[in-house]
Amino acid sequence: MQLEALYVAQPALTAQAPILAIAVPLIGACAAALAPSGRAGWMISVVAAMVSAWMALAVAGEVMREGVILYQLGGFAPPAGIALRVDAMGALIALLIGAVGTLAAVFSGHSLAAEVRPEKHTLFQAGFLLAQAGMVGLVYTGDAFNAFVFLEVSSIGTYALVAAGERRDRRALPAAFNYLIMGTIGATFYVIGVGFLYGATGTLNMADMAARLGTLDQNAAVQAGFAFIVAGLGVKAAMFPLHGWLPGAYAHGPSLISLFLAATATKAAIYLMARFLFEVFPDGAAFGDMFLQWVLAPLGAAAVIVCSLQAVFARELRRMIAFSSVAQVGFIFLGFSLANASGLSAALFYMTAHGLMKAAMFMALGGLAISIGARRLEDFAGVAREAPWTAVAFGIGAASLVGTPLTMGFLAKWQIMEAALAGGRIWIFAVMAAGSVLTLVYVGRIIEVMFFREPAPGAPRAKESPVGVLVPLLILAGLSLWFGIDASLPQQLAQAGAASLFEVRP
Amino acid sequence: MTAPVLEASFALNVALLLMLVVLAAAVVWTRSLLAAILLMSVYSLVSATWLMVMDAPDVAFTEAVVGAGISTIVALGAILLTRGEAVRVSWKRQVVPGLLAGLVGGLLIYAMSGLPDFGDPASPANSHVGRAYLETAKRDIGAPNVVTAVLGSYRGFDTLGETVVILAACIGVALMLGFGPRATLAPPAGAPGDHHVVLRVTAKMLVPLIILFALYVQFHGDLGAGGGFQAGVIAAVAIILHALVFGLRETTAAIPPQAARAVAALGVVVYAGVGIVCIVNGGGFLDYDHLLTPQIEAMIPAGLLGDPDKPHHWGQYFGILAIELGVLMTVSATMITIFYGFAGRTIDAIAAELRR
Repeated sequence: MQLEALYVAQPALTAQAPILAIAVPLIGACAAALAPSGRAGWMISVVAAMVSAWMALAVAGEVMREGVILYQLGGFAPPAGIALRVDAMGALIALLIGAVGTLAAVFSGHSLAAEVRPEKHTLFQAGFLLAQAGMVGLVYTGDAFNAFVFLEVSSIGTYALVAAGERRDRRALPAAFNYLIMGTIGATFYVIGVGFLYGATGTLNMADMAARLGTLDQNAAVQAGFAFIVAGLGVKAAMFPLHGWLPGAYAHGPSLISLFLAATATKAAIYLMARFLFEVFPDGAAFGDMFLQWVLAPLGAAAVIVCSLQAVFARELRRMIAFSSVAQVGFIFLGFSLANASGLSAALFYMTAHGLMKAAMFMALGGLAISIGARRLEDFAGVAREAPWTAVAFGIGAASLVGTPLTMGFLAKWQIMEAALAGGRIWIFAVMAAGSVLTLVYVGRIIEVMFFREPAPGAPRAKESPVGVLVPLLILAGLSLWFGIDASLPQQLAQAGAASLFEVRP
Repeated sequence: MTAPVLEASFALNVALLLMLVVLAAAVVWTRSLLAAILLMSVYSLVSATWLMVMDAPDVAFTEAVVGAGISTIVALGAILLTRGEAVRVSWKRQVVPGLLAGLVGGLLIYAMSGLPDFGDPASPANSHVGRAYLETAKRDIGAPNVVTAVLGSYRGFDTLGETVVILAACIGVALMLGFGPRATLAPPAGAPGDHHVVLRVTAKMLVPLIILFALYVQFHGDLGAGGGFQAGVIAAVAIILHALVFGLRETTAAIPPQAARAVAALGVVVYAGVGIVCIVNGGGFLDYDHLLTPQIEAMIPAGLLGDPDKPHHWGQYFGILAIELGVLMTVSATMITIFYGFAGRTIDAIAAELRR
């Protein structure tokens, strides 16, 4: 599939597409909050998410044709005004957010009815759309403080959305509180760091900041700013060992939120960290290289090993998949730590692959949760007989997670391993291989229970997911397969994004 | 020369900062949550004073209104539902957080050596974009208060985001606390009008005055310190005062919780709608120079705002007016929603909900 050939909107609309991808879900959120019924709120949510995804697709096509897009807000040129600045990397992540957001919105029609009190549905949809708008804004903006604002837009609502899972699982409340405190500390660290960089450069625009930081890598405020920004975004990105909020929030929140957060929230934070690591901070600054070599790489490796083991020993299915998410973040950071274009491109591709597969797995569990309120792994014994389509879609996501050939996950893992070998980092290759084996162990356990065990006598019988769940679910699973065979769309964007960040660096 | 003035302000700075350190330590040490909340309120007031000393009246105003004012009210509402004393934590569990806090503090102190001196006219913050704002705000925007020009127009997209954050908080609180059983927070026991006459008469006089002051702060933002954020909080305080004195039933009869939530969402619609109108009229999002079509601009009487010969930036003027209105709506309605969320929730009502 050639992205350049995608003319999905009129030129006049394409010119406004970056802001519309943010503003439409924003206004949609207000409309959903005012909606007369949960059903109306759901329809608004689906339409707004779909328009946002369409605009993100238009932006991606434009980026492939024109290169980096600038959109001035308020008509003021940066650095005085705020500008959106979309490169191929941002276009790819926003496309992921738009696609998963749309499918999740469709899915929410059934899952909310089963999991959240009916009187809360309109507000819930509003919060969901705000999260989506915030993440797209975070990815598109070219301004460091504006990114903080959108980080908060995408987070504040989701804290309460996680808590709304309390109807099904009371543990959602402490999990949401934990997430709130950790998330707020992360955001505060980020803004402290931005404050130091502003003090040292006098600008908030990222490109302008990068130009002015060039000679400032010995400045104490810049170094401290770097530390604060990386630590703050590390919390948001669930970088080991700052991931404590994640397993609870994913395991106990409503299915819709688990799937949307797992697919997109950590990705948006990781994306912002990549912007700072490879674009804003001075080229070849000693602290940047030290961080990649001696902090990010070992922590990434630790995440892969420790959290994969935690997933192996976890007893609840959603918790297993949540721990697996932290381990996958470790894989992505290993790709970053290679500090070259092929490593970054592979990591970006991995982010997309992981977003799609985890969304499919959480959505499948959400579909099953409509009929059985199962938590422990054993409760899922034999669901493949009662709900074959749902189970197959889960299985495709799981296969992609393991890295089975002909899935997107295989290409993603292989690209990072190849980049590690090309960069002479044998140990990263070895850690990735060990992590893949551990993944196979816990995924194998799940598949064995779901597909090859007899259901326990007297246990509640699972039912096949309703069509409103099956359609988005099968699309998600299908994407993991499609991009496993023809990966040109995400691949082109990932390579172009990585190349544009590294062309200035030797 | 100016040396004595500098010394006086130096002494003032030192005194205020020392007070902040003492207050922060006291908040950490005290076990009484009520005392901690009141000390936090004092902390905000002292930092507002300190910001005033540093010639940042807009920030000082916000800190006073939000930090010392509304967040104290919300925190007091929250501790009504918890026990009044913090649980004692064994020192072993404080070692790691203590080390982390020490590390962060050390990093902050280390960073100071890289920052320019306070008030240095050659510092990056004062010589780059900050200086450009001072030079161009009058020409581009026309608002006398540069802070308003920056918040409302140059960085108006940030302010939209901040308003959305407030709306997100409103939705979050409404989702968590807005439903379920509650007491109606009747006025204090006894026949209406016995020994609370003085309180009720005073409150009746104060509520309109506070709202008047909120409107002054709202519309004065163009000229001096103020704007939608501060005005919204002040207006909400008037409503909260009404609820405290006359009872939640009276207040919700006037402003039902659903209405408050709707106004919060509509505020963001107003703000983002201004941005969309600018696009429709051929500009970029929030480009107020395109807010009004030339036909509409021609209809504005030349002497509407004083001197008819002075060129006015009508688009910028009405744009900032409209978005500040949106901010006022969202902020005030959100504060009221948060108060409603806590008000009337008794321990008994929550226990009943948990048993359900």
